[in-house]
Amino acid sequence: MQVIESSKTYDVAIVGSGAGGGMATKILSEAGFDVAVLEAGPFFDPAQDEYRTQLRWPWESPRRGASSDRRSFGDFDAAYGGWNIEGEPFSNAPGTNFWWFRSRMLGGRTNHWGRISLRFGPLDFKRKSVDGLGDNWPIGYDDVKPYYDKVDKLIGVFGSKENIHNEPDGYFLPPPKPRLHELYYIKGARKSGIPVIPSRLSILTKRINNQRGSCFYCGQCNRACSAYADFSSGTCLIFPAQKNGGKVELFTDAMVREVTTNSEGKATGVNYINKADRKEYHLKAKVVVMAASACSTARILLNSKSSVHENGLGNSSGLVGHYLHDSTGASRSVFIPELMDRKTYNEDGVGGMHVYTPWWLNDKKLDFPRGYHIEVWGGMGMPGYGFGFNPNDLNKVTGGTVGGYGDSLRDDIKKYYGATMGVSGRGESVPQRDNFCEIDHEKVDQWGIPVLKFNYQWTEHEVKQAKHMQDTFEEVLDATGGILLGDKPGADRDYGLTAPGQIIHEVGTTRMGDDKKESVTNKYNQLHDCENVFIMDAGPFVSQADKNPTWTILALAWRASDYLVDQVKKRNIV
Amino acid sequence: MVSGCSPNEEAATQQPVANELPGYGRNEHEKQHDREVLAEEFLNEHELETIAVLVDIILPSNANFGSATDAGVVDFIDFIVKDMPYHQLPIRGGIAWLDIHSNKMHNKVFKDLTIDQQKAICDTIAYPGKTESELMAGERFFTRMRNLTMTGYFTSEIGIKDLGYQGNRPGVWDGIPADVLSEHDVDYEPEWLAKCVDQSKRTEIAEWDDEGNLLT
Repeated sequence: MQVIESSKTYDVAIVGSGAGGGMATKILSEAGFDVAVLEAGPFFDPAQDEYRTQLRWPWESPRRGASSDRRSFGDFDAAYGGWNIEGEPFSNAPGTNFWWFRSRMLGGRTNHWGRISLRFGPLDFKRKSVDGLGDNWPIGYDDVKPYYDKVDKLIGVFGSKENIHNEPDGYFLPPPKPRLHELYYIKGARKSGIPVIPSRLSILTKRINNQRGSCFYCGQCNRACSAYADFSSGTCLIFPAQKNGGKVELFTDAMVREVTTNSEGKATGVNYINKADRKEYHLKAKVVVMAASACSTARILLNSKSSVHENGLGNSSGLVGHYLHDSTGASRSVFIPELMDRKTYNEDGVGGMHVYTPWWLNDKKLDFPRGYHIEVWGGMGMPGYGFGFNPNDLNKVTGGTVGGYGDSLRDDIKKYYGATMGVSGRGESVPQRDNFCEIDHEKVDQWGIPVLKFNYQWTEHEVKQAKHMQDTFEEVLDATGGILLGDKPGADRDYGLTAPGQIIHEVGTTRMGDDKKESVTNKYNQLHDCENVFIMDAGPFVSQADKNPTWTILALAWRASDYLVDQVKKRNIV
Repeated sequence: MVSGCSPNEEAATQQPVANELPGYGRNEHEKQHDREVLAEEFLNEHELETIAVLVDIILPSNANFGSATDAGVVDFIDFIVKDMPYHQLPIRGGIAWLDIHSNKMHNKVFKDLTIDQQKAICDTIAYPGKTESELMAGERFFTRMRNLTMTGYFTSEIGIKDLGYQGNRPGVWDGIPADVLSEHDVDYEPEWLAKCVDQSKRTEIAEWDDEGNLLT
């Protein structure tokens, strides 16, 4: 079978259509470049009814919204795929339990994410200077700040000015008022001396332009918004780029296998499998932007071996795939008797929490490095599959009968509806050289492409951090006046620390730096080894704070795109 | 496109495709899965009749709302055991267990017993922690059926109404109703409220000064 050549040479081939790929598409097409965007999954637009899950009722799904191998977060979640993708496996080395969430579709995981949009602060770029562990970024907050500002204004994020040094303020839309259970959290946190502030989510509580609507409070951002009132890459970056008259050609179901290079080692385009006809195509491009997700990008680079790039493209340091790291996570929940037999009303609000706790102990000496923020959940949500299971287990706490049958089960359900609340910590891990993904040479996916194998162990830092989370959760939830649920996970369960990958913030596989031997890209996301290849997903992250990576992916992709345009203009590339 | 269809063929193409559900945002891979599941059969007539009896014992109608079968719970369970095959053996085996148990006691299968006889059996398997050890398999089965009944009911149109859930519609969230605040003896902090959105300006396009202060 012969590789089918594209007749045209594009200025830029962008691999992946998530946050980084979307931003690159917008900035580069608006700069006049002829852009090809390659996405490994199908087209998706939440405004079109055939794709819409927003405002659907549970009974519209025959499995009532349950999760499945086809959608890990349930039928109504916008993310296709998830922990498993049929025909596209990956491996874990013995002793590793890495979870890898992939969403093959236009916009990728931005269609369903939590919209938690936090800037990294000055300390977050220089953690080695604080605790001596890991490495500093080659750039600091001041380098990225102008781009965070631009992202805030372009995409929209609500929040509040708080003047907290390491939680920089931005150009915020006003936040929504807290829900009832969130007031109970605020009460508990105040008693425990822990700060709570309005959350910072990329959801439009006000309009920011005439192309996107404002939030109508269905609480379903994870389903992707038909009014484009939250951020996803397709709705806020790629479609606008197309409408602005940019030259943007979209290749969906295009599974990129490798970046092709010439005899001098420069990139000439990408080879991809068209999933529709299973044939291999070569798309020619003067510049390649990789934004397939930290791990998928590492996989493609490692699979792009040539005589010039013997260890894979960009891998002369041997570091492609290394320093892979995810956020830490742990959770606890509480039953609040005062919330029993609640009056029901519509409290859907925005998708996700209205309040949260930023990390508050930067100045304190602790037995672990770095920190975490606390997310809050609860309320009178829409039932889905699983609602009503063990309908009166809480009778054990309040002293009623457990089990049974008949009309009284209705009373039990209503008694406890909206009376539980939970908190989750999301923390910063310390990147480790020995945590990495590599090519599993014994296994290919259904497209014939060698798959990834993960090697990942948490260190004592993350375990101790999880212990601190559990102690904090216990104190705060106790102070809400509620009764804690379940057992407090102890050392035998690593204090409830999530498995690596489960928080879906995998970053670091192509980290940036000034030293070619210790990093994969320079401080502008450009491969040290190949000047016309840029990495614009979260691969270049040196560390990732306790903050969700998306806002920083967007800011750095914009910054790298500006640099790319400038380098082409100066004829330093091509 | 050139159309050579006779009227009959045209009519045929307009028929709803067998085993095709109304759209709920599925991609092609998912549509294919649903078609395959819908084409399967697992539970037989006797099993479905037994389930219908059991789910209405678990959740009967009351003065205001219909029963589990009224809410479509039997169809839901019929589908879910095919979609989640791990339910199959416990439910098939559980129904068989229930019939054997009923036969031993009354020489009839469960669905043919009087309602009092049926409830008397349920009383022995419906209360975890109080079940005799030789009936534990029955308790496990009953718990599963109660879970599926409750979830099937409260995810149905009837059940959502019964629950009183009032969301899943476009609206404007402007805080907790005043009577709820006072009932729970909580209130918003004035400094916090001052940061929050003024919903009368939600459709005005945001503008900021250079310090990030919202002007609109």
